[in-house]
Amino acid sequence: MADLRLTGLTKRFGALTAVDDLHLEVHSGSFFALLGASGCGKTTTLRMVAGLTEPTGGQIRIGDDDITRLRPYRRPVNTVFQSYALFPHLSVHENVAFGLRRRRQRDIDRQVADMLALVQLDGFGPRRPAGLSGGQQQRVALARALINHPRVLLLDEPLGALDLNLRRRMQIELKRIQTEVGVTFVHVTHDQEEAMTMADTVAVMNAGRIEQLGPPAQLYDLPGTPFVATFLGQSNLLAAHSEPGGENGELPVSAYGGRFTVPRDRCRAATATVYLGVRPEKLHLAGSPDAVPPGHQHVAGVVTDIAYVGVSTQYLVRTGWGTELSVFAPSTGAEERPELGAPVVAYWHSRHAFLLDRPDGAGDRTAPADLSVDVRA
Amino acid sequence: MRLGRWLADHWVLGAGLVVLAYLLLPVAVVAGLSVNRASSRLSYDFHEFTLDWWAHPCGSPGMCAAVVRSVQIGFLSTLVATVLGTLMAFGLTRHRFAGRGATSILVFLPMATPEVVMGSSLLALFGAARVPLGFATIVIAHVMFCVSFVVVTVRARLAGLDPQLLEAAADLYAGPWQAFRRVTLPLALPGIVAAALLAFSLSFDDFIVTNFNAGTTTTFPMYVWGAAQRGIPPQVNVIGTAMFLIALLLVALTMLRPRRARF
Amino acid sequence: MPYLLILPAGLWLIVFFVVPAVQLFATSLYDPSGSLATGYAMTGDLGNYPRALGDYWPQLLRSLGYAAVATLACLALGFPLAYAIALKAGRWRNMLLVAVIAPFFTSFLIRTLAWKTILSDTGVLVGLLRHAHLLGADGRLLATPFAVVAGLTYNFLPFMVLPLYASLERFDRRLLEAAGDLYAGPVAGFRRVTLPLAAPGIVAGTLLTFIPAAGDYVNAQLLGTPRTAMIGNVIDSAFLVRLDYPSAAALSFVLMFAILVLTVGYLRRVGAGALDAVS
Repeated sequence: MADLRLTGLTKRFGALTAVDDLHLEVHSGSFFALLGASGCGKTTTLRMVAGLTEPTGGQIRIGDDDITRLRPYRRPVNTVFQSYALFPHLSVHENVAFGLRRRRQRDIDRQVADMLALVQLDGFGPRRPAGLSGGQQQRVALARALINHPRVLLLDEPLGALDLNLRRRMQIELKRIQTEVGVTFVHVTHDQEEAMTMADTVAVMNAGRIEQLGPPAQLYDLPGTPFVATFLGQSNLLAAHSEPGGENGELPVSAYGGRFTVPRDRCRAATATVYLGVRPEKLHLAGSPDAVPPGHQHVAGVVTDIAYVGVSTQYLVRTGWGTELSVFAPSTGAEERPELGAPVVAYWHSRHAFLLDRPDGAGDRTAPADLSVDVRA
Repeated sequence: MRLGRWLADHWVLGAGLVVLAYLLLPVAVVAGLSVNRASSRLSYDFHEFTLDWWAHPCGSPGMCAAVVRSVQIGFLSTLVATVLGTLMAFGLTRHRFAGRGATSILVFLPMATPEVVMGSSLLALFGAARVPLGFATIVIAHVMFCVSFVVVTVRARLAGLDPQLLEAAADLYAGPWQAFRRVTLPLALPGIVAAALLAFSLSFDDFIVTNFNAGTTTTFPMYVWGAAQRGIPPQVNVIGTAMFLIALLLVALTMLRPRRARF
Repeated sequence: MPYLLILPAGLWLIVFFVVPAVQLFATSLYDPSGSLATGYAMTGDLGNYPRALGDYWPQLLRSLGYAAVATLACLALGFPLAYAIALKAGRWRNMLLVAVIAPFFTSFLIRTLAWKTILSDTGVLVGLLRHAHLLGADGRLLATPFAVVAGLTYNFLPFMVLPLYASLERFDRRLLEAAGDLYAGPVAGFRRVTLPLAAPGIVAGTLLTFIPAAGDYVNAQLLGTPRTAMIGNVIDSAFLVRLDYPSAAALSFVLMFAILVLTVGYLRRVGAGALDAVS
């Protein structure tokens, strides 16, 4: 059953279209992540669901109720704000009780105590928010929203202000709480790791639209657009053309004079102008074409950079036509280590490649260029 | 070498304390004179310790009436100026509208105008409109110059208020009135209280504007001014010292209260 | 909605500040040969201005001069105090801040009269200075320009300290450490880092000190002599003693104009942006 349904949701700020004809269904009880770089419209979408921003067009439904024009304080939706927005003049207890008091509920003290226990803040009731650590404030913000039993809980970059370790711990914690209370979570983030570890379903947003939506593993394994392929992890995208013919469900592709194949069911391109994509960790290095195992395809190049990052080593391999491919070799201890300047071949199995639509005239897109996307986000 | 380093680190503190002593010296003199029986009416020598003036502060004819009048004027002006100024501060903070810049200038101008000019121009207005000078004209004048300070003080407080707190309130089922009552007002209150205290002290202490618009009504500063020509009655120093002590007490009380969140 | 909130205070300021100011300007154009009893003729001539300036330019210049010296003195005294409170006082910070504000509550007339006691010819201070030969045997402090400027400095010092404190309070001491790391000695660190960052407070403080000081007449009256009279004394007596409204109004506008010109010139020099940071 769909709990939250957005139909044709649009928001324009003057000439700028922040959210563009968005269609989305979030299933009841799921953990849904809206992932995108800043300015992609994800926060605007969230604010429209919360009622804090008025949509220019479209419809927001929860279950069978149309809440598009409802004031925020009449919606069965609560928000965990990015800066937490805890009331500085109220104690933790009163912060958490705030929503219940506005709706004149009974038994407030017990409910607050239960909720503080759920977020592991027993005994913090009398304290003021200013005296809490970032992680504790985050839990108060969560408790304050959850205690109202919202139909949908909205989380706006909730872990953005925490340091890396705490963020990891809170990711697990958030997932545990969500499973425990069974409330639908809609989580906005620019952090792909955060989205992938917690969410059942991830929607990647770009320029006011949803580029692709699905379970995290599926999005990663078979991205649908160049944006998703490079925003969610890294990809080597080679400018290629798909050729007619092919057999055994394999589609022939040509790129820079080389001929490759990709399984038909891994083709997401609508035209013959395509990107041939392979993830860096699906690329392997060998000394010569003879060493490439059967069933694999390869390109030749020269190692131009080696960066050791602990769990793996990242190599840059410059191909004959000048593009630098990114290759991740896991640090298993058994691997051979090519040296800087060594001629190598980078090979992959065709079932790890994928085909995406390529704009006319667009060249290769490879990992180092994509790193800059991550920095900007 | 050690000493040199210590001096380099601490001379500013020393200099600051010397300046502070300069600020407090006259208050100490006032306090001293309040327990002093001078040798003659026009002399201010420390002559003999006495608590007579503290025991009978109203012994000087007309002074206590002037103090009471100043307190009444102070309360009334503070009340009106705080209400008007707070409303305006809200209007200027939450909304963007045509004339916002002009309003800001209107608020700023009285603070940048010398008191003689404000006092004299008001006098001319009251004269032309044939308004009899007295209690009412003093209050009108005081509200006029206090309002700007209230607006500036409250506005500064409101500007520091995170707009997301109001969104959070709305998200947690607080309608506009509840959000104002439960979030905006409590958070703005310290600013409003500070503005009211400032307005009261400005009104209670004002001499120049008041002197132009008082007619025959005598406020405490006007009483002091008049008395200064003849030799100040020692009870004046009692009032001065008492005001200082009351201010300290008020501050001590606010500091002793359970600490409120700062932001 | 915003207009409703702004209207009450706005009307109050328009009726009791703007209208009187306009009327004052009109008054300054009246025929000065009239009187309160016979009424004034509106001649619209600007003669009152040169007349008033011709008679009272020494007091006007003296006012601006005294106010400028007092403002500089306030800056020199106020900066160490504000700096000490904001950055050196630690947990005593609030106490010291209260000590700066508390004298406000003792009426400023009473405090100025206390200065009269302190500076009096028979007082301890004059005795000490005479003993140390810093002052001649019959030298005095009271009734000198020094006494008036000292009184102005004293009375308006908190107006300098509070904005300075406000801008220094946010000052990050690590910036000075960074400056030290980048080869700036204490003097260079102060000039290149502390001073520019305190600029908004300095601008606000100098304006809040200079403007009321230039219009003040209480200090000149209580601590000075007719030879140290300021423009405020002249305006006050023209209005309340001589009842010469046209001259008084013209002088008021001359004063306001002088302050306005100086303020605008000053803000041009230091950059008006500095003021925005405070308000």
